[in-house]
Amino acid sequence: MTQPAISVRNVSKRFGDTLVLKDINLEVPRGQVSCLIGPSGSGKSTLLRCMAFLEEASAGMIEIEGEALGFSEKDGKRRRQTAAELRRTRSKIGMVFQQFNLWPHMTALGNVSMALRRVRGLGRKEAEARAMAQLVKVGLEARAGHYPSQLSGGQQQRVAIARALALEPTIMLFDEPTSALDPELTGEVLNVMRALADEGMTMVVVTHEIGFAASVGNNVCFLDHGQLLFHDTPETVFAAPRHPRLEQFLDTYLDRGAQMLR
Amino acid sequence: MSFDFAVILAKAPQILAGLGVTILIWVAGTLLAAILGFLVATARRYGGRLADLVLSVPVEVIRGTPFLVQIFLLYFGGPYIGLRLDPIAAGLLGLTIYGAAYYAEIFRAGFQSVPPGHSEAADCVGLTRMQTILHVQLPEMALLVLPPSMNMAVILLKETALLSLITVPEMTMTVQAIGSQQYAFVESIVVLALVYWALVELANFLGRLAERRLSTYSA
Ligand SMILES: Nc1ncnc2c1ncn2[C@@H]1O[C@H](COP(=O)(O)OP(=O)(O)OP(=O)(O)O)[C@@H](O)[C@H]1O
Ligand SMILES: [Mg+2]
Repeated sequence: MTQPAISVRNVSKRFGDTLVLKDINLEVPRGQVSCLIGPSGSGKSTLLRCMAFLEEASAGMIEIEGEALGFSEKDGKRRRQTAAELRRTRSKIGMVFQQFNLWPHMTALGNVSMALRRVRGLGRKEAEARAMAQLVKVGLEARAGHYPSQLSGGQQQRVAIARALALEPTIMLFDEPTSALDPELTGEVLNVMRALADEGMTMVVVTHEIGFAASVGNNVCFLDHGQLLFHDTPETVFAAPRHPRLEQFLDTYLDRGAQMLR
Repeated sequence: MSFDFAVILAKAPQILAGLGVTILIWVAGTLLAAILGFLVATARRYGGRLADLVLSVPVEVIRGTPFLVQIFLLYFGGPYIGLRLDPIAAGLLGLTIYGAAYYAEIFRAGFQSVPPGHSEAADCVGLTRMQTILHVQLPEMALLVLPPSMNMAVILLKETALLSLITVPEMTMTVQAIGSQQYAFVESIVVLALVYWALVELANFLGRLAERRLSTYSA
């Protein structure tokens, strides 16, 4: 058996008194697209953020390609990783946010080349050449000199994807990458993601785009009230939903999903 | 009664020397205060709860007491704890500490103004905390902190006049001395007011210039 890209083991997360994730166990296979679906507030973002260590799990462990993320265990004791250790483990991951989170004081090229310069230590020229290659990949080479405020939402999200790809992560995490976009702009972002999936990138995608999950996803996880209720192929999940919560959820979203398939 | 500015202007070289001291203490004090204030704000944000709590005390005390009281304490009280400073050093230190408390608050608001997602994005591409502060948060908050920072710089300039009371040979002390020697007290005050006002306008002009340069990217 090959090692999973991400393994989530007995992860729970509480915010104050509320238990937001309840004992989640999940293996994200390499080279596949795993979609996280579920009603609002079910804990999808929290789980994804735990995978990037933007949230610390209250209990349990997450491993990225076999390496403990955020904490290391020695003699049964949980120890926090140092900032440098965390950066190293996290370097395998690229993260794309619902709100893009581009840095507004930098151009598209500046956003994408930042980590190449500051983290990789490349010179300006080399960093910008590589950043430009990423912008070509998302079809935005002509917008390299634009500031985020001069780009449409869809373009901003594509720049954000290019920025996350710049350091060549092996896993990409997406948190509702199209939810902040006007409907006519979601297509361009989904296309970029589809192309990434075709290249064999390991992807975890939190999404309400049931159409995308059905057509691009290799497996689908259904979260409800912090519990992972289902983890199966899209065919099984969408064709024969047997759980009342899942059926209820799909009723709400399938109409939107059907539109996306067209 | 008639005004006689000629006797004051005849002492221009002395006045310029005082002006030099004023500008020196003002510019150096403001820069040091901004740097110290930024460090305090950073420590309060990223140094844990204890650092935040501990640092909130001096910030509140300094903002809650008059500058005049602080420099008296520093200059006349300092020697009791072995801190013997000449007037200019005491003035510069006093102005730095006083300004730093306000700049700490300005930068605290600045940090709060940067959406958390922007530094999370920086974390995710592997920037260190220091790089994130320097290359993401600081430039992002610049436009927001610039107006209150310039405002504070202007306040600090005007506060330097109080340093005459601990015998710093700055402009107010110099001009007042000339005024009383020459029996031209009111004239000296008028000259003082004009020079301070000119400096304030200059500062405001530079502030607006900086603001215009920074606002290129915000559509
Ligand atoms: N920082 C936080 N502090 C306290 N509670 C939080 C925090 N972040 C999330 N929560 C709570 O955790 C629960 C799960 O939130 P999460 O954002 O993971 O849901 P989600 O499935 O992503 O929902 P959505 O589809 O609306 O994005 C919610 O009840 C939310 O209110
Ligand atoms: Mg969410």
